[in-house]
Amino acid sequence: MKKDFKRSIIDALGNSKLTGALGSFSVSYRASRAKAYEGIDFEALRNQIASIKSSAAARFDELADRFAQVAEVKGAKVFRTDNPQAVTDYIVNLARERGVKNIVKSKSMATEELHLNKHLEKAGFEVRETDLGEWIIQLAGQTPSHMVMPAIHMTKEDVAEVFSEKVEEGQTPDIAKLVKFARGKMRPKFLEAQMGISGANIAVAETGSIVLVTNEGNARLVTTLPNIHVAVIGLEKLIENFKDVAPILTALPRSATGQLLTSYVSIISGPVPNTDQTPKELHIVLMDNRRNEMAHDPQFKQALQCIRCASCLNVCPVFRLVGGHVFGKVYTGGIGTILTAWFDALRESDDIQALCIQCGNCKEVCPGKVDIPALILELRRRLAIEQGVPLVQKAIFAVVNNRRLFHSLLRAAPVGQFPFATGRFIRHLPMFLSGLTDGRSLPLISAVPFRDRIDKIEQPKGKEKAAFYGGCLIDFAYPEMGEAIVKVLNKAGIEVIFPKGQTCCGAPARYSGAYEVAAQNGADNIKALLEEDVKYVVSACPTCTVALKEDFIHHLTAVGRGEELPEAKRLSEKSVDFSTLAYRLIEQGRLKFKKGVEPTRFTYHDSCHFKRTLHADRFPREMMKQAGHELIEMDEADMCCGMGGSYTIKQPEISAPILERKLVNIEKTGAPLLVIDCPGCMMQIGGGLHSRNSDVKVRLTAQMLADCLE
Amino acid sequence: MNAVLDSSEMVESFKARAEAVSAQVERVANREAALELVVRLLQQEGVNDSPHSCAVWAASPMVAPADRISLQNAVPGLAFAVTRELAADAKVGISQMDFAIASTGSLVQYAEEVDKRLVSTLPATHIAIVATAALLPDLPSVFARLDARNSAYLSFITGPSRTADIERVLTIGAHGPERLVIVLVDNLEVVR
Repeated sequence: MKKDFKRSIIDALGNSKLTGALGSFSVSYRASRAKAYEGIDFEALRNQIASIKSSAAARFDELADRFAQVAEVKGAKVFRTDNPQAVTDYIVNLARERGVKNIVKSKSMATEELHLNKHLEKAGFEVRETDLGEWIIQLAGQTPSHMVMPAIHMTKEDVAEVFSEKVEEGQTPDIAKLVKFARGKMRPKFLEAQMGISGANIAVAETGSIVLVTNEGNARLVTTLPNIHVAVIGLEKLIENFKDVAPILTALPRSATGQLLTSYVSIISGPVPNTDQTPKELHIVLMDNRRNEMAHDPQFKQALQCIRCASCLNVCPVFRLVGGHVFGKVYTGGIGTILTAWFDALRESDDIQALCIQCGNCKEVCPGKVDIPALILELRRRLAIEQGVPLVQKAIFAVVNNRRLFHSLLRAAPVGQFPFATGRFIRHLPMFLSGLTDGRSLPLISAVPFRDRIDKIEQPKGKEKAAFYGGCLIDFAYPEMGEAIVKVLNKAGIEVIFPKGQTCCGAPARYSGAYEVAAQNGADNIKALLEEDVKYVVSACPTCTVALKEDFIHHLTAVGRGEELPEAKRLSEKSVDFSTLAYRLIEQGRLKFKKGVEPTRFTYHDSCHFKRTLHADRFPREMMKQAGHELIEMDEADMCCGMGGSYTIKQPEISAPILERKLVNIEKTGAPLLVIDCPGCMMQIGGGLHSRNSDVKVRLTAQMLADCLE
Repeated sequence: MNAVLDSSEMVESFKARAEAVSAQVERVANREAALELVVRLLQQEGVNDSPHSCAVWAASPMVAPADRISLQNAVPGLAFAVTRELAADAKVGISQMDFAIASTGSLVQYAEEVDKRLVSTLPATHIAIVATAALLPDLPSVFARLDARNSAYLSFITGPSRTADIERVLTIGAHGPERLVIVLVDNLEVVR
């Protein structure tokens, strides 16, 4: 990671105005989005949008031809190019030829990509951004920090200062007055401009229409008052049919700002009369800038389904801490990371892709159904191929990949850690490792790992067997969780075995882009876990379960080891997370709750993979309630705890405040008990609570069940 | 939502949604009542023939040539010949809409004629007149009826102009009208 990038993260985190504004927005956004989608089948809607957009992306050339033909028949001029510089030249030349002096612009991300304002100003034109947020950052000489709310990083005091300094002295930080001031200053600019430049939210091939979505009304003025209108549009805005505007228009405002519809939507299909009754000169620039290339990439073509609502920014636990400027100059947040890699350069995304904690929030809310976390992992994989995996990480993988060495090192750990241990936790680590124990204690490596404990447990020798996949944390840090799982499954008459050949699930390698390593981890585990004939392969770590069920297949496919797929699929079918299996066994009557369990108030933390990949979040809540306990939901129960596997080691500065917010939300419930379904979250949250000397106890669902089942 | 809502439910939904985005909604029985209401609204807004106090009314099928004279007699400063300069100077703009959307509280207009856009963008107040019978349930039903070939400029208007660009605080009246009055007219012939 580059030093100045690290610096920019630390600066952003230290900017309390920024993190305060973004933090409170992320809370209100969640509520307003939910309300706006009431009565709408979001899954059906986004399937429809994904299909409209992906079918368009597969035919950009055809649709661009058709759009150009229809629009030109109506009297527009359509300029198509794959060269960003050519767009700038076209607009500069046009403005010169027509004797333009003043230009007004409504919001256009495509022109941000070109840095068009800079070029127009250099050529001697006066260019005014008219969207209030864009104008503020134009005056301040900044770039947008958010695709929908470009100046969200600034306070009213900042705005008053910029206005006073750059426009007219004496502006006070009163928002209503600042808006009125902007309206008053901008009105003559609209009236005097000879050229208006806009983007477009949608371009329709069938009718040659462009669709503009705004709240302020600036786009209506930009496209009405000047006699020349230039629309700069990325190819990804193309759709085939006019009627398909409706679903996109249904989702865009709801996802962007929680509105049912923005104040204004303008659909322009050809030149309209000017105020002097001459026909408007309408130029439409269809810009490629690698979009066609993207459409031909089997993975990244999906990113073209984006409708630029920025909901991926609004739900991101990292974005709300660091804001947009850390991400780069044009596109920010999750989708911005991907777009920057393509429209700018892959290496430009090197630092910013590492900001993603892979919690999956954005994937859930994306109205274009873009799997942003998966695409960021794919970027990571390509970067690892292009630039190689860093040396330290290579050394770690060499250890993780050598099962015997890895396990013997872990076995040696209990001896080395004693000088730093308090109770069951390590509070402080020396030197460069000290960041790991900032604000969070680490669990002790257990003296006797689970793999050595299981043989001592007396089990029913039933006809039904389950193989337990421990994962590194349960095996070596939390063996008592493994014991609880065995206890519960034994109650249902299931015998649990622990195949000793099992090794790391490959997640650390996967999340670093080292797929060869991850694939080998997968192959070793498949062999070990399928050795004996078992009905289930059970894991209590959601990341591990996802690896067993999905990732092994994915990695083996990605590195061309197709011949191993049948076995990988066989393992996938047998694999199940503990709580889902327990819930099924209760439904089948094979597990029963004890009578007279002392009821406890508890709160529940949704682990990212447990909820958003395994979709198992309902089961532990149900089981705990059936056992007689009382659930008190915390705020943002399904927001990431900041662990993110090795994220907590790579980005400790970001991980710590994410954890802090989680701890506050837990404590606010007043519940004495936190139940979770992930040993990683256990390590992060349990360590955090320990470090704050909190009285809240943390238990895995399996541990709770072990106590309250007959 | 299609076919589920009858017309009175659509009116109710439209009114609730439009008011939720700060529009004022008035319902009247017929064309004459609508014209009377507009006159009252213009008088309340202080429209007259002194400088910066005029109102501009974009040509609309509900206003017959004979009406224009009586309206101008009632409200000096009301102009039907809309120019850019007049619209920029006007207090109030008036226009007729082609559809209304029950589920979002929106108005839809075929707005190729520049007058229609001037009167609904530049003045601080916009009075939008629409037939109750032109109410449609939702966006898809509007798109099923709209034809981009009929007009080079389709306008959707949902509440007055707004911004939340400073600290996300909702502020009404950015670059467009800061007040939107919708006059819903029963028994008004649907024009398209």
